[in-house]
Amino acid sequence: MTLDVDVLVERDGFTLEAAFAAESGQTVAVLGPNGSGKSTLVAALAGLAEIRRGRVTLGEQVLNDGATALPPERRPIGVMFQDLLLFPHLSAITNVAFPLRSRGVAKAEAHRRAGELLDRFELMSRAHARPGALSGGEAQRVALARALVAEPELLLLDEPTSSLDVGARARFRSLLAETLRSFGGVRILVTHDPVEAMTLADRLVLLEGGRVSQVGSPEDFRRAPRTPYAADVVGVNLFDGRLEPIEAGAGRLVTGAGELTVAWPTVRVGAIDDVRAILRPADVSLHVTRPEGSARNVFRGRIAEVAVEGERARVRLATRPPVVAEITLGSVRRLGLREGEEVWASFKAVEVRLLLPSEDSTGTLAG
Amino acid sequence: MAASPRDRTTPVVFVVLGILGAAFVALPLVGLITRAPWSRAGEILSEDSSRAALRLSIEVSLLAAGIDLLLGMPLAWLLARKSFAGRTLLRGLVVLPLVMPPVVAGVALLAALGRRGLVGGWLDRTFDLQITFTTGAAVLATAFVSFPLVVLSVEAGLRALDPRLEAAAATMGASRATILRRVTLPLLAPQIVAGVVLAWARALGEFGATLMFAGNLAGRTQTLPLAVFQLSQTDPQGATVLALSLVIVSLGVIVALRRRFLST
Repeated sequence: MTLDVDVLVERDGFTLEAAFAAESGQTVAVLGPNGSGKSTLVAALAGLAEIRRGRVTLGEQVLNDGATALPPERRPIGVMFQDLLLFPHLSAITNVAFPLRSRGVAKAEAHRRAGELLDRFELMSRAHARPGALSGGEAQRVALARALVAEPELLLLDEPTSSLDVGARARFRSLLAETLRSFGGVRILVTHDPVEAMTLADRLVLLEGGRVSQVGSPEDFRRAPRTPYAADVVGVNLFDGRLEPIEAGAGRLVTGAGELTVAWPTVRVGAIDDVRAILRPADVSLHVTRPEGSARNVFRGRIAEVAVEGERARVRLATRPPVVAEITLGSVRRLGLREGEEVWASFKAVEVRLLLPSEDSTGTLAG
Repeated sequence: MAASPRDRTTPVVFVVLGILGAAFVALPLVGLITRAPWSRAGEILSEDSSRAALRLSIEVSLLAAGIDLLLGMPLAWLLARKSFAGRTLLRGLVVLPLVMPPVVAGVALLAALGRRGLVGGWLDRTFDLQITFTTGAAVLATAFVSFPLVVLSVEAGLRALDPRLEAAAATMGASRATILRRVTLPLLAPQIVAGVVLAWARALGEFGATLMFAGNLAGRTQTLPLAVFQLSQTDPQGATVLALSLVIVSLGVIVALRRRFLST
């Protein structure tokens, strides 16, 4: 089964224009920063937002076609909402049974099936607790169970981990991964968290400013991110500019914020506009004094941010052009790196990978 | 137990005035209890006129609360959820019976539903139906003055209710009727009960509008407050016993429900 989306939605002065498809058995992550239109998309798919024009189909079923829309209660969708929206007056098990009860399943049967899910999520002991008495992680699992219980054809998860603290998030994420794997229908995961998207999804739909800016597998994104945000998502440096030859085998990429030296692509002659270059943060070296050696790119700049992830740190530099380096935590300590201090950064020209305009979509041309 | 910082900073003047306020509320009740001729209590309460007035009061106030609920909830829903021209004006209008002197309310009801009134005249000519000076008139008068209490309470409840819960229920296959029955009404229950209880208590004590619109006919429109007033003209001490019975009925219901719904 395929979810086919091609819509224009206008809501509260915001316009979302999105087209993408999602296959059953696949997890598609809709990733975007705040204000990119994620919640509008969720509302549109759930039937809670009016669609200005376009079409949404799920398998044979038409959810939206122009002005006509299938009302939310008749859509075969299970939604886990960002703020969970558990019914505060109903116990955990009654919350989970709700989608079955409202579709006409008898109470005993509905509670039996809800109980099975709660048991699977290790929540049976909390079955009769009201949402207000549940911990964050418990409430999250109840909401997930409620989205799954009626065996929908489309599972829509809206920021499923955003309200959890770091520890609970990691635990919930593994349950989420397992649940997604075993769910046979179309799975849409809406998130602003790149890690969540990259680890849980088979395909990514990137939303920026109400438009889809890139669609592809996590591997596609790693190889060829198309926008600065996409580059940020996969944690690579992205440079855009005009490529000019400087000598045999080398060129200069002139960006809006500084220049860098790159290896010349052998197949091309003369300056090229709209060249995109990618640099892995791990290929950037940091130094306290000016480095000697073969690296053609040497910059000096202030440390804007040191973000520690486990044993590694991402160091954002206010150089021209701005560069992110990834080094070990040991190196951070050894070099005594602190935010606000000046540091040298270097990388070799051959480590900058170029994406020439014509190859942009396939995105493979190493220097 | 050690005093918390907040306790230590309680201004003495607040304590003094607070005690005065409590005394102000309690004193009349204490007066009633101490001045009531307890030896004659059984005799007064078992009189036919007293018992008729008590029964009529309970019937009239319950019917009035029912009418308030039936008409007040949909109106509250419209005021809270729909935006339409004149909504602000309507919201002000709804509160009017609450701030209007009850006697004025009675005169206004006469002007509208009296035999020569706006609608009452038409009812009289067309159906030969007279409302004034009937038990129905007492019900309408008490329903009128207590109506805002239901609307205000339910509207406030609806405004505090997260409409996304109802939208979420829709995505779970719930029809509008199911959403109303299983989500909206249960979540509104505290405000509905609070509104109805306050409206009922207001209806039970209603005097001015009832007197003006329904009159003071024993057994038909003479509710307990009217009976208390009438008795006070001839037997002021006996009136205190009757008054106390009114206090006990309303106080009992409020205390019983407060624990559950009117949480403070």
